[in-house]
Amino acid sequence: MKLPPFDYRCPETVDEAVELLSQYGDEAKVLAGGQSLLPMLAMRLARPAVLIDINRVAELSGIRVNGEVAIGALTRHRTAERSEALAGAVPLLAAALRWVGHDAIRTRGTVGGSIAHADPAAEAPAVLRALDGRVVATSVRGQRTIDGAALFAGFMTTSLEPDELLTEVRLPVAGEQTGWSFDEFSRRSGDFALVGCATVVTLGSDGTIAAACISLSGVAGVPYRAVDAEASLVGAVPADGAFADAAAVAAAGIDPPSDLHGTAAYRKHLTSVLVRRGLNRAASRARGES
Amino acid sequence: MTTQQVSILVNGVQREASTEARRTLVDFLRDELGLTGTHVGCEHGICGACTVLVDGEPVRSCLMLAVQASGTTVETIDGLGSPDSLSPLQQSFRDSHGFQCGFCTPGFLMTTLALLRQNPDPTEEEIRHRLSGNICRCTGYQSIVEGVKRAAKVGLGPNAEVAR
Repeated sequence: MKLPPFDYRCPETVDEAVELLSQYGDEAKVLAGGQSLLPMLAMRLARPAVLIDINRVAELSGIRVNGEVAIGALTRHRTAERSEALAGAVPLLAAALRWVGHDAIRTRGTVGGSIAHADPAAEAPAVLRALDGRVVATSVRGQRTIDGAALFAGFMTTSLEPDELLTEVRLPVAGEQTGWSFDEFSRRSGDFALVGCATVVTLGSDGTIAAACISLSGVAGVPYRAVDAEASLVGAVPADGAFADAAAVAAAGIDPPSDLHGTAAYRKHLTSVLVRRGLNRAASRARGES
Repeated sequence: MTTQQVSILVNGVQREASTEARRTLVDFLRDELGLTGTHVGCEHGICGACTVLVDGEPVRSCLMLAVQASGTTVETIDGLGSPDSLSPLQQSFRDSHGFQCGFCTPGFLMTTLALLRQNPDPTEEEIRHRLSGNICRCTGYQSIVEGVKRAAKVGLGPNAEVAR
């Protein structure tokens, strides 16, 4: 499987990159880490006329913590997973990134690329939704921020316009009395998840649950927030019984795919197990227990 | 078709060639530079056979364009020992019967090299985790894990195995 021919462009600034995107629009694909795009080219699932390789755009790399966390779109998974600043500010993302592919994939893969690719079984999109994060989209027309909820439009489809470049990912810094967990199940280590589960639990001053987030990967065309299960937990005492009930609500609310990797019924079962386990872990962390 | 000039420091030697932009790093290494030690397996990033080190980190060389490697330092299996004089890492794998058909071996050795440079004394769990992106259909992996343990015991040698 060799890559099909394409016109190759290699901008060195965001301005140059968005100028090229403005010129070529949906004739072009942006090449970031390439760990999904190059296989798609090899298998002829994508045949762009032009590849705009942003790997030499230095301004797109880096992690800044300043009230919120801003992650340059080209920041490698490896850089992010080793970042002490990120582990302190957004421990949920740091934990989730360790589940992305294998070492060699994370050397090249990027946080922004993973989100723009919008694979519903991937880790970074689920984390973006769990934390109500945003992305910055840049074009020759200017910049706008897009909420995670509005970004994922369908299976591997985002609301980014053809001339827009995802330039930054913004996530809130983890608050007090807040715990998190990330877990997923796949048939082999490093595979895409059959089901992945990010949870965040915030406790109030009286020890009851003030807010809960449950974000699932692999169960729908887009990362899925189990809002009914989340709502059922507000005001509850954090305990395994309540978490088991919420997990059952989450599993009942999804209509996951069946494929050769697992049936819909199995994915629902995994969802109930992972949500219950995740909420317990998140609540423990919120209480400062681990 | 876009032709690009590519300049890479490969196993300590600066190499230059012009190539099509669509050419992957592994095809460039093999076809343009004649470094056929790196094997081409699945060509879509699953099997790990083509793993090389780029600036010291493991990379699937089928999922990186040669032009993207321009200006980097690349290490491949060709920079390890020779048939007459295996490197300590290769010898450790051999002593543990970690080679059978040998197709996956270049990827396993380069992945192990990165692992042992970062952590000279990994636990078995870490070894298995770090090698999980490499597929072998002969050995059943036990002898490969043993080879990594043996290499950790022996050490990578004074030059950490490779002419960079």
